[in-house]
Amino acid sequence: MFLTDEQQAILNGSQGETVAKVWKTLVMYGDAFGADKMVPVTSTYNHLVTSFGLKMMKPVFDLMQQLIDAGAVSGQQFSVDPRPVDKNVPANFLQNLIFNKIMYATQDMYEGQLKELGLMDDNAFTCACYLDQVGNKPKKGDILSWAESSAVVYANSVLGARCNRNSGIMDIMGSIAGYVPNFGLLTDEGRKATWLVKVETTKKPEAQLLGSAIGMKVMEDVPYIEGMNKWLGTELTDENCSYLKDFGAATASNGAVGLYHIDKLTPEAKELGANLLTENVKVYVIDDAELERVKENYPVMWKNPAAKPKLCFVGCPHMSLQQLKDWTVAVEEGLKAAGNKKVLIPTVFTTAPAVKAEFEKTEYAERLAATGVILSYICPLMYMNNPLCKAMPVMTSSNKLRTYTTARYYTEEEILAKITKGGC
Amino acid sequence: MKKFQGRVIAPGTVTAEAVVSHGGFNTLASLQGALQFGDKKATCGDQNNPDLHGKELAGKALCLPQTIGSTTGGLVIYCACAMQRQPACMLFSNPIDSLAAAGSILASVWLPDVQMPVIDSLGEEFLNYVQHGMTITVDEDGTVTVDG
Repeated sequence: MFLTDEQQAILNGSQGETVAKVWKTLVMYGDAFGADKMVPVTSTYNHLVTSFGLKMMKPVFDLMQQLIDAGAVSGQQFSVDPRPVDKNVPANFLQNLIFNKIMYATQDMYEGQLKELGLMDDNAFTCACYLDQVGNKPKKGDILSWAESSAVVYANSVLGARCNRNSGIMDIMGSIAGYVPNFGLLTDEGRKATWLVKVETTKKPEAQLLGSAIGMKVMEDVPYIEGMNKWLGTELTDENCSYLKDFGAATASNGAVGLYHIDKLTPEAKELGANLLTENVKVYVIDDAELERVKENYPVMWKNPAAKPKLCFVGCPHMSLQQLKDWTVAVEEGLKAAGNKKVLIPTVFTTAPAVKAEFEKTEYAERLAATGVILSYICPLMYMNNPLCKAMPVMTSSNKLRTYTTARYYTEEEILAKITKGGC
Repeated sequence: MKKFQGRVIAPGTVTAEAVVSHGGFNTLASLQGALQFGDKKATCGDQNNPDLHGKELAGKALCLPQTIGSTTGGLVIYCACAMQRQPACMLFSNPIDSLAAAGSILASVWLPDVQMPVIDSLGEEFLNYVQHGMTITVDEDGTVTVDG
């Protein structure tokens, strides 16, 4: 890869051994993918995936401390994924003991490290940092050094920013150097689609089910998706952005998608249309039967598949303000129709702290609380990342949460029916 | 016995028993439980991976097309290496993905005492040929010998 004289000098140690190792990491990363040069990071903020003070991550904390001690801190402030624990989320004595004394005993220490490295503010903990209320929303064409698979795929696809699927730790390396290697999704060629996905369903597909199907089929390739305009139209409304947030998270967690194009809707598809398709694209047709096949093939990890759910999570990735309002109305109507006053299964909606604060200024907050739904800022994945949850029948509308935990996936309609009307 | 030639991402030599994933290897789903709760054998916890679920990964020659899933993937590989619970080597039939590359590069730059050879671009035939339990030898130049 071409390096300027100044970059080569840094690599050779002109700014110290630690910064040289940061550059060495980035250059090796670029070399593995044939990067031609390093390009400046242009976004205002970075976003890191590593928000949790898990004890298993001691090697990461040691590395972070090495960076801090050497003064190799981020040139950009950053947001970071959600906190793992919230006392408002139901947990028994044993779970609390495991969360606070064993799993996340180093949370406070790690948050101290994040502040030293450049955390935006005490509330900058969310996987959906691009939501308006959070304030980390890159512009079209911005070069990013982000991690968090759902945020990267949203930034690339919906916002038109440019970011590879960087790993945790690699994310902050780019922010410290101020440069990232130029390859993959940073290049015009790397943003072309090698799959044409034709959606031929008879109703609007569930975002997280459609995303799952596409992710499992195309893996890390770029899909160009046709047939969605009759459901989504051609404008990036709040409702569509929420849909694409959930859709993208499923493509990225059930596969490894970093960028998708939706015909006539997402920015590059609007500009370039079919010119984004490479020659010899592979074709994947999705109809009702295909979505049903995908859903039926999800393994059920509950010990007793017929168990009554003990907990329900909605909001992985974090819910938008619009989603919180829509769900509030839907839960109210569901309860009213069933003759119930409170949800029948303990239910937690998760959202960004800044969105939660904004939601709590609206009349909807009191109405949601009245239904018994708990609103939290945690990462449900981190909540469930312990042996006690393996024995607990948890349900979710998140295909990302299903992928990483024993939570069982249901569509939003099914979730709504279960929490408002009951039944297994 | 059959030989395959790949590209060296992280150099080294090793001989180990193969474990084979024909689908994408979800690093977080596979290793988080083992690393968090002291499983030194790094038993694969990914319920969506029928090839590997329940199999020990530490010290094995992990054969896979690519890694998928969360962008914590690279740091999970880095932590596995730092905790000495990493596979003996990672052998990719496809060109390596960005998360696995990050993990192996972070380990090689920041954990100089750890060795985990990583070879990519071994080809589809490699993954069709290799089976669980076969003996794999990795050479410095990226040659991978599979001995059934």
